Amino acid sequence: MILSAAEWAIVTLSLRIALVATLLSLPFAIWIAWLLARRDFFGKSTLNIIVHLPLVLPPVVTGYALLLLFGKQGPFGEVFETLFGITFAFRWTGAALAAAIMGFPLIVRAIRLGFEGVDHGLEEAGATLGASKRAVFRRVTLPLITPALLTGAVLGFAKAMGEFGATITFVASIPGQSETLPSAIYTLLQVPGGEADALRLIAISVAVSVLALAISEVLARRALQRVSGQ
Amino acid sequence: MSLDVDIQATLGRFKLDAQLQAGQGATVIYGRSGSGKTSLINAIAGLSRPQSGRITLDEQVLFDAALGINVPVHLRRIGYVFQDARLFPHLNVADNLDFGTRYADASLGKNHRKTVIEMLGIGALMQRRPGALSGGEKQRVALGRALLTAPRLLLLDEPLAALDTQRKEEILPYFERLRAQGGPPMIYVTHDMSEIVRLADHLCVLRDGKSVAQGTAEDVLADPANMKLIGVQDAGALITGVVDHHASDGLSGIRLSAGMLFVPRMAVTVGTSVRIRIRAQDVILSLSEPKDMSSQNVLPAKITAIREGASSGFAIALSCGTDRLLARITARALAQMELKVGQNIWAVLKANAMPPNAIAPS
Repeated sequence: MILSAAEWAIVTLSLRIALVATLLSLPFAIWIAWLLARRDFFGKSTLNIIVHLPLVLPPVVTGYALLLLFGKQGPFGEVFETLFGITFAFRWTGAALAAAIMGFPLIVRAIRLGFEGVDHGLEEAGATLGASKRAVFRRVTLPLITPALLTGAVLGFAKAMGEFGATITFVASIPGQSETLPSAIYTLLQVPGGEADALRLIAISVAVSVLALAISEVLARRALQRVSGQ
Repeated sequence: MSLDVDIQATLGRFKLDAQLQAGQGATVIYGRSGSGKTSLINAIAGLSRPQSGRITLDEQVLFDAALGINVPVHLRRIGYVFQDARLFPHLNVADNLDFGTRYADASLGKNHRKTVIEMLGIGALMQRRPGALSGGEKQRVALGRALLTAPRLLLLDEPLAALDTQRKEEILPYFERLRAQGGPPMIYVTHDMSEIVRLADHLCVLRDGKSVAQGTAEDVLADPANMKLIGVQDAGALITGVVDHHASDGLSGIRLSAGMLFVPRMAVTVGTSVRIRIRAQDVILSLSEPKDMSSQNVLPAKITAIREGASSGFAIALSCGTDRLLARITARALAQMELKVGQNIWAVLKANAMPPNAIAPS
């Protein structure tokens, strides 16, 4: 199956959006997951709820909220525009933001489980060997949660690849900017006689998902073996 | 090195109120499980924070509740060998060993590393992962990892408890060597008496979170007042002697200050100074010198103290030459024999009551 230029553009754009969304949310997700797993502080349950909101809200609501907050006239939208020159509205950056927000709770949940599974005794051992809290985190904790990091990243990536509701509400479906695989499939299905083209994209989308899962499976197995001391 | 601990901590319903002074050599903290041994050394390491009290190591205050001082774990330079080794599973043996070297005194250099690795016999394991090591190998690597940080003090939390008897015998010599070769001062937690005879210079007995007896291992174990604390099964004094000869009939002779002691043949060269643990319940007392007995050892002794012990027993402290012995007899035996302090008496010992694991080079 040879991809047409238009199809290729959709696939690469979707991959780029999903990749950027995943990579950008990872550091924040690690931090939030660490807070939720390891810290007790005032407002912890509120934070937990806020993080999980995108998972339970209708995606269209999240998309609209993003539009209000990060749109051209939105408070954060303006800040990003003036400070960093980043525009979200109707751009691929907006699609990436939407995908990141929607995938965030999944990534946080996976990583949080990872933190909770780390044997605190190993971190204590690191400290008695002279490593500061930060060094213990970097040299003991993080390596031990690589399986959880991988799982979280794959979940986030898959979610980003499939994100539809929030994305189309926030940034519509503009070819070359915000037309991802799901929104292109949806658009084609709205056009009479578009089913054949839609099927091609559906096949691509299945192939990408299966490939991503297969790669993650291999990596996760390796990582798990590594941290189990084998 | 001088360590001075006086701490109080409440952990749920458990109260720790411990005082400990430790110097060079090995200080053994002895107590049953749940007596607070691990809580005490965790506080010394800085892994837990007592509610009140003070910990000083040499001139440095590590913890002082009143002054609000609490040096973080990683700056204390106190090594810790955990019961479960706690090797990092994501690193191989070499990387585990080197984990702490970057934080240690750089002047130690490569020689120190080589010496430690040779002493522990772990050179062949360097590329292995922790999952591929036996329990004994894990503990040796854990010990090496702690030594390579050049600690001012080494804490060992029942490092042999998770090993079977054979593995214990494989590891104990490394601790003995460490003590003999002037390694860092050790605080060694155990509930196993045979490790005390092999290692302890000083002994601190913990019971229900309180340090109830403390001093040189010889003094603490010879004190009849401590029999209850140590337990009637385990109580017994340490005596010292020099290996005199190995007889062809399977016994070895050890010269004591009061005479010759025969024990089952042991693998220690003639001329070595040894320390022998003699359990109080293995000592038989006789008013006259017994002649027609199967027991190989009859030593002249003098009663120095009589103390009522647990249940129906009495603890009898004896001086035997320059050594001290402890015997446990029943109240009836005490009454029948009319034993009194200052009385001369004979202590009878079966050779088999002193197996090789009760004897160690001193």
